[in-house]
Amino acid sequence: MLLLALILLPVVAGAVAYVLPVTARRTLLMATAVVHLALTLLLWIAPGATAFNGWLADDALGRLVLTLVSVLFVLIAQYALGYLRDTDPRGGRAFTSCMLGFLAATSLVSVSHHFALLWIGMESTTLTVAPLIFNRDDRRSLEAVWKYLVLSSVAIAFALLGVFFLAAAQPTGAAGGRPLVLEDMVAHAAALDPVWLRAAFVFMLIGFGTKMGLAPLHAWKPDTYGEAPSMVSGLMAGALTSCAFLGLARVLTVCVAAGPGVAAFARPPLIAFGMLSLAVAAAFMIGQSDVKRMLAYSSVEHMGLLALALGLGGIGTYGAMLHVLNNGLAKALLFLAVGNVALEMGTSEASRIRGLLQRVPASGALLVIGLFAVTGSPPFGMFVSEFTIISAAIREHHAWLAAALVVLLAIIFVAIATMILEVVYAPAPSVESPPATARGRDRGWLVTAPAMLAVLVLALGLWIPRPLADALSAAATALGGQAP
Amino acid sequence: MTSFAELVLFLIVATDFAVLATSRLSACIRAIAAQGLLLGVLPLLIHRELSLHAVALAVGTVAIKAAVLPWFLRWAIREASVRREVEPLIGYMASMLLGAAGLAIAFAVATVLPLRSGETELLVPVALVTVMIGLLVLTSRSKAITQVVGYLMLENGIYLFGLTQSERVPFLAEVGVLLDLFVAVFIMGIVVFHINREFDSISAANLTELHE
Repeated sequence: MLLLALILLPVVAGAVAYVLPVTARRTLLMATAVVHLALTLLLWIAPGATAFNGWLADDALGRLVLTLVSVLFVLIAQYALGYLRDTDPRGGRAFTSCMLGFLAATSLVSVSHHFALLWIGMESTTLTVAPLIFNRDDRRSLEAVWKYLVLSSVAIAFALLGVFFLAAAQPTGAAGGRPLVLEDMVAHAAALDPVWLRAAFVFMLIGFGTKMGLAPLHAWKPDTYGEAPSMVSGLMAGALTSCAFLGLARVLTVCVAAGPGVAAFARPPLIAFGMLSLAVAAAFMIGQSDVKRMLAYSSVEHMGLLALALGLGGIGTYGAMLHVLNNGLAKALLFLAVGNVALEMGTSEASRIRGLLQRVPASGALLVIGLFAVTGSPPFGMFVSEFTIISAAIREHHAWLAAALVVLLAIIFVAIATMILEVVYAPAPSVESPPATARGRDRGWLVTAPAMLAVLVLALGLWIPRPLADALSAAATALGGQAP
Repeated sequence: MTSFAELVLFLIVATDFAVLATSRLSACIRAIAAQGLLLGVLPLLIHRELSLHAVALAVGTVAIKAAVLPWFLRWAIREASVRREVEPLIGYMASMLLGAAGLAIAFAVATVLPLRSGETELLVPVALVTVMIGLLVLTSRSKAITQVVGYLMLENGIYLFGLTQSERVPFLAEVGVLLDLFVAVFIMGIVVFHINREFDSISAANLTELHE
């Protein structure tokens, strides 16, 4: 019941919101987000719920992603209320409904234990997020949506072929269990056909890897994140990519259960995609001229880290679980802060942004905090997860990978820091800068939402609560890894 | 597996190559509509007993893939007034050769991937070749409409593969039909925003020049 409510609540709210007047619509958006978070927290109190013959089920990995999505959605919805008041992208009506639809789709992905159902959720995320990207009636915004739709639709088609291959790998009857249900596939993993399972993994890696934005499948990312409203970019970089990661983790769970042969086949491509993503991100971040595009490449970097961590296994898997949470929070924090800056300056081009400390001091400070959070500086949560992943590389006898990783992370740190510190601290040209109070962007939820994200990502670095640590370990164990 | 079903599968491959060879959009759409029709009747031929479910699936598939989407595509070329494919990135002769190579690869791969259900030996290679030719059309043609036809073909190939599992796994074939949503979205995009690929690819190149 609870699992069903998590999906149906935003669907119904999205439909109702479409016909409501503007103030009621905004209240409904916020109320739905809060109730959704409350339902998600109920799952933490009473874990292990199932529905529909096990097609929907609650487990540690799904609950982690669901919680991340729900927390991000509450804060971004609150931010959106402030944002929509200033600029109404194409009338808030469709925007609000699509946001709620996106929440439903991501919830479906999180709680699906049936691969076809998970795929339907992934497809719905693409369809509901596309109208959110297209916010201005101009050519560039349209192109970003088109590029995103074309690449995602081909990716999602590949993923579906992967799901069909997975079905083909499963033997008929009692020897295979219920078709495409995760628990039964894992329980009867020895009976799976290894050839079809490998084919399924390859296609789902391409499909979900494109949705995650792993290099070289990341072509949509800079354009889409650059053109979408910042909060939508934040929602995509924080929530959508985490759901795609979840899809990849689900198929890896089956591969790991199927035995060392299939697992040994699945891990090297993950490591290769991961290292390539880090290298591509580092190369394109040097000399990047647009703040939002810089963040898009940062997202490529972190998705690469996640793929790498899954490929390494061992404690890397635990690191990946923690990294999903840290990355989601830090990315949303940065995109919201950049959103405030773009509202104030009217651009996200770094060369035209100066003197944020005078114009929007709170957003400027948040941007600097975000910079340190996203580059894995202590004491933020990402330091812990990146450190875990690097030590996993050493423990799994990939010392050279660990060395390359450290070098790439250092290059990326310098690239981001150069840009962010310059836009925040370089003095503003005094001619055309009106006092910040006149524009008044630095206020209300536009600042509170990213500030709360900053607190959360800092808290994860200092202290991981007991239930969360247990869930992280359980998720890592299910993927054949271990807790440090 | 009857010989009649095999004939239908051969005709599906023929429609694949028909799309690959033609430069006229209306002929392209006719070919993809014919493919949709063939796809619709196929489950009735390969499944052992004629269930209500199989009939409903066939009727639904024919309605969407052979009637609604082709009609929608024709409406789009009328609205956006495009008739011909101009200079594909890969020439027609080269595309045909690539398609033939794809066919050979599909049959080679299919022998490595044996199906346990043993439904039909031909279904897997035909599905794979339809996927490959669909991808080829999608990536090598410059008009958005032709690319949508390519996507539709890719999706038809996936649907064909789904048929090997549809008796065993409930709702699997129906899930494949959900991809048609994307096709509808693409066609709407083309008409509402007058998306025309050559212009877009030029401006896309400009965009990347601007940034990287």
